[in-house]
Amino acid sequence: MPSNPVDIYVNELISSHGISVEAARSRASALYALDLDMPVWRQYISYLGNLIQGNMGQSIRSPGVRVSTIIRARLPWTLFTVGSGLIISTILGIVLGTISAFKRDKWYEPIITGSASIISAIPDFLIGIFLIIFFGIITWFGMDRPLLPIQSMRGTHTMGLSIDDGFTYIRDIFAHGMFPIITYVLAQIGMWVLLMKGSTTSTLKKEYVKLAEARGLSNTKIMSKYVARNAFLPIATEFAMRMGFILGGSLIIEQLFVYEGLGLELLNAVHGRDYPVMQGILLIITACIVFSNLFAELIYGALDPRTRRGE
Amino acid sequence: MVSTQYLFKKFKVGLKAMLSDKIGVLGISILLIIILLSAISPYIFPLQSRADPTQIFQPPSGENWLGTDHMGRDIWPQIANGGRGLLLLAFITASISVMIGIFLGTAAPLIGGKFDEILLFFADVWLTIPRFPLLVVLSGFFNLTSYVLALVLAILSWAGLFRSIRAEVLSLKEREYVEAAKMLDLSMIHVIFKEITPNMMPFIIMNFTLMMRHAIYAQVGLFFLGLLPLEVNWGVMLNIAWAQGAIYHPDALWFILAPAIAISLLILSLVWINRSLENLFNPVLRTDHDD
Repeated sequence: MPSNPVDIYVNELISSHGISVEAARSRASALYALDLDMPVWRQYISYLGNLIQGNMGQSIRSPGVRVSTIIRARLPWTLFTVGSGLIISTILGIVLGTISAFKRDKWYEPIITGSASIISAIPDFLIGIFLIIFFGIITWFGMDRPLLPIQSMRGTHTMGLSIDDGFTYIRDIFAHGMFPIITYVLAQIGMWVLLMKGSTTSTLKKEYVKLAEARGLSNTKIMSKYVARNAFLPIATEFAMRMGFILGGSLIIEQLFVYEGLGLELLNAVHGRDYPVMQGILLIITACIVFSNLFAELIYGALDPRTRRGE
Repeated sequence: MVSTQYLFKKFKVGLKAMLSDKIGVLGISILLIIILLSAISPYIFPLQSRADPTQIFQPPSGENWLGTDHMGRDIWPQIANGGRGLLLLAFITASISVMIGIFLGTAAPLIGGKFDEILLFFADVWLTIPRFPLLVVLSGFFNLTSYVLALVLAILSWAGLFRSIRAEVLSLKEREYVEAAKMLDLSMIHVIFKEITPNMMPFIIMNFTLMMRHAIYAQVGLFFLGLLPLEVNWGVMLNIAWAQGAIYHPDALWFILAPAIAISLLILSLVWINRSLENLFNPVLRTDHDD
């Protein structure tokens, strides 16, 4: 392994403390709970064995701290920001997309669609940078300071506050999570608008909608039973798929806003060569994707009777 | 068999239709400007390597069109030269991944049977790999030079391309000319590259621009995180501007805004080209737009 942290630790013990090689190795193996004399593949098997029991090992950078503890501390913040961003952007996107599908002759339709297509193309971290510049850096005309005190909004919450502070705490975590959430919303909303608009427009053209109109069904019934249900299919699948990438998509944004979530932890682990932490976080991210794919299949089966088998 | 002359004619027709699409023209123009700048700027706007402490974070002026950076160097030449590496790498990545996609995506349905099933299964598993986090971890382990990165990016993204090309081939496979070629006992290579590929060229070009977009995102992201060796490009400029705290420095606005806008324009141009190609080649969508 390149720049193996255990080797570094062993070398350090030998050179700076004058300890013999064997003593240094036994110290390192006690510290990291590794048996250095085992071949690598046996170490890997024992890692897998521990993994099945939910033990992801210990961090190398901060010895003694279990990887699962680190993940448990970071995961809620990422889930909170990326999850809120996903939900808000989906709801707004569905609303705006439906409006632009039904009001295709109105003046504001090209504006909605146009801005949606531009904003959906810009990488999320650039949106974050633009937000920081717009709200936190530029002193707008007639003001004596930027719109928001961006430096004090870093991190996940103000030091010293905890869940016991009740409402103050909730307001605090929203104030700190605001920028990441807005970034996630803006980065995804364009895609939702375009998807919803496209799927509604194409559903409106379907023959069964025309037939329903010909049968003289009420407009509300056509909209809810015929259009909405079918137009919603691609949205539901996409939502479930996006849920999978909820954890992996947060790396750069968390670095940008110094938000101590899972993504930032992964970056720190990479910089510090903390292999167990890296492995643990990648594992969680992948598991999240696999479960959402399964969830997507289930949703699709529930929403679209045509895909059900053997009935 | 499709002759080059025929392809050229088809290309001309396509170009004409594309020029009538404003968004497409805008996209192509931006991309051409960036390509042109990348080609000529080493001669016309050479990079300034000397630091000048008296000129730090100057606002835009007649002399420094976009102001100066944290070492007092002119920003404009850095912008003009900074797209080349990104574009080249995105192009290589897209070429490799499209090649893999075409080869596997056509071979799998044509050979069929177990081969197809196994590849499809692998693609499904592959798609669950979190690409960007994995790239971050890999660049922590290895020193990813640009060409290695292009290869890694291409390999990481083969599955999506494979699946969409496979679906396209499945529908093309039933056409008479493919049947005819098979009956004439022409080789698999012939069927893939002379019969099927030319007929899904539009689809491939669309995927190509899409791939370039993903490659640019991944590259710039890695550069921004400072995980790749430094060179002059927009991603590195972002990283340096970020590391220097330029983003919290109102005077340094242009230093971070310039590369951010440049990257946005590059990706927008690719997206717009992709969208106008989609309108062009997909008549269903075109009628959607007309009414």
